[in-house]
Amino acid sequence: MKLISADRIGKDYQVGEVAVHALKDISFEIEPASFVSFVGPSGSGKTTLLNLIGCLDKPTEGVLTVADTDVSALNRRASAAFRGKNIGFIFQDFNLIPVLTVYENIEYPLLMVQSLPAAERKARVERFLEGVEMTGQKDKYPDQISGGQKQRVAIARALATNPRLVLADEPTANLDSATAYTVINLMKKLRDELETTFIFSTHDPKIVGEAEIIYTLTDGALQGRDVKKEGSHG
Amino acid sequence: MADLFKIAIRNLLRYRRRTLLTASLITIGVVFVLIFISVSGSFKAMMIGQITDSMIGHLQVHHKGYVASIENLPLNMNLPPGAMKKVETALRSLKEVESASPRIKFGAMFSNFTETTNIRLNGVYPEREFKTVPLLPSRITEGKAAIEKGEILIPILLAWGMGVKVGDAVVIVATNKDGSVNGKQFKVAGLMESATGPGGRDGYVHIEDAVELLRMTEMEISEIAIRLKDFDKLVPVTDRLDALLAGEVDKAGKPIFEVHNWEKLSPFYNIARMIDLMTFFIKLMLIAIVLISIMNVMIMAVYERIREIGTIAAIGTPPRKILSMFLIEGLCLGVLGAISGGVLGVILLWGINMAKIAFDFGLQKGIILSASLVPADLWTVSAIVILVSVIASLQPALRASRMEPIDALRHV
Repeated sequence: MKLISADRIGKDYQVGEVAVHALKDISFEIEPASFVSFVGPSGSGKTTLLNLIGCLDKPTEGVLTVADTDVSALNRRASAAFRGKNIGFIFQDFNLIPVLTVYENIEYPLLMVQSLPAAERKARVERFLEGVEMTGQKDKYPDQISGGQKQRVAIARALATNPRLVLADEPTANLDSATAYTVINLMKKLRDELETTFIFSTHDPKIVGEAEIIYTLTDGALQGRDVKKEGSHG
Repeated sequence: MADLFKIAIRNLLRYRRRTLLTASLITIGVVFVLIFISVSGSFKAMMIGQITDSMIGHLQVHHKGYVASIENLPLNMNLPPGAMKKVETALRSLKEVESASPRIKFGAMFSNFTETTNIRLNGVYPEREFKTVPLLPSRITEGKAAIEKGEILIPILLAWGMGVKVGDAVVIVATNKDGSVNGKQFKVAGLMESATGPGGRDGYVHIEDAVELLRMTEMEISEIAIRLKDFDKLVPVTDRLDALLAGEVDKAGKPIFEVHNWEKLSPFYNIARMIDLMTFFIKLMLIAIVLISIMNVMIMAVYERIREIGTIAAIGTPPRKILSMFLIEGLCLGVLGAISGGVLGVILLWGINMAKIAFDFGLQKGIILSASLVPADLWTVSAIVILVSVIASLQPALRASRMEPIDALRHV
């Protein structure tokens, strides 16, 4: 059973009077519990593709199915509900909510998106705080912790809702090498524990090597697929 | 919901200076409105009190058509004893009525034996008149606050002009409704200030002297002034009395009586209305202040937090919750401004009352300004501020809730 299925999807933008073909004729399938990377230079379409998979945008052609749902058919409200239930996001700039503490940032989607009861929220937040080794920092605000710690919090926030898929757009771009490795290994460890599919984009060759399946994009077209680990899905 | 308030309050605290400035602006607006409402309201209440309690009474009953000719004081439109009884019966059935005073009003010549001038006289039962217009005795500046038979109270300016003092003898000459002239000598019992300032020419005599002077075979009343126990019930009582007397018709089938409250009888009602109108416009200014300042700050808040909005939208926050977040932020600003404005306004009003600011109204000197804030006004102003704050936040909040996460996340 495939978690994601893209069948000849494309994405065109209109910039003024010029049509920009951001993605062209892309097809792939990703199975659950995969650890996948989309790589390519800037402007190759990595972020656009992640946005389509994350239901933040819609393909202009082709069919994209995520978790058995044709995401092209979802309206704004349904997209938000679908994302809240199935997808976690990790951003390059961490995008933590500055007025909330570490604890509250992780709790945010459980409260505002999934409306879980207090006891369940507490259990989940504490579990993920421990998972990303941030229990000691739980009462700090984002501006009181380092970049690596922020990304750990972002990972915990993305996973707290038990999503089937976590999308990370250049999650290590703003981190030093050592922290970047730590973050990627943390993502991989949590994938192993939770069997959540992780898809991240990067142009850092050292980080790329950590992915088990690597899709290469150039000028909006899928150029290749590389499976690094035997038995990987995809 | 509590969490939405927590986030809203923290976001307001995040931009402390801006929040403080906006809340201060609203606070100042609320304070000025409350002070204006209280001071103008107190002035209005005092003015109405002076008019009704020292001259007109709360409402009056006349013969139909009398008020239209009131400047002529037409004796042929007085109420005969039978009609007067009907009015008194109706008044007895209204438990809200505290007292009523029948008056015979007429124009006369006033003579000090060397000079003559004109005067308007009210023939009254002194006890009933003083009970119906209780400030009348306070207008008597010289002499006694009572009228015996054969005595007259005259306006102080007229007394000064004619060189008349308390205890002097004067002659009143009046024409009755048949056109015959009669005169009677009176002793000046007291001098009284006009309720409305220079120009007031109303004097008072005992009603039985008026009957005698006008050679009435039976007492015919020009008007009945009425005082209510509770002034706030003026309109319903006027309506009920009007309804009670509406059935009384003359031989031609026309209504005998007309009932008017002070608003229809005094030109000061227009001043009271102007005060109300000014209060309305002051409230409009407050609405404009709140609307512009809150809308400005919320537009800024949305603009500055576009990426944040994109993040929470991407995570899956429903648009209605994003809308609520910003509405609550505006609401909190409004509540903050309303509370601080209310508290500061009450303190300043207390200070104004402590300062015992005095002013004059007509010939009444040194009336102490007693600005009192009616709780209903405080709640109304607070509700306006809070409601307008939410309305002002609506457009920015809708913009935030309708933002496409992908566009918002791209925002630099």
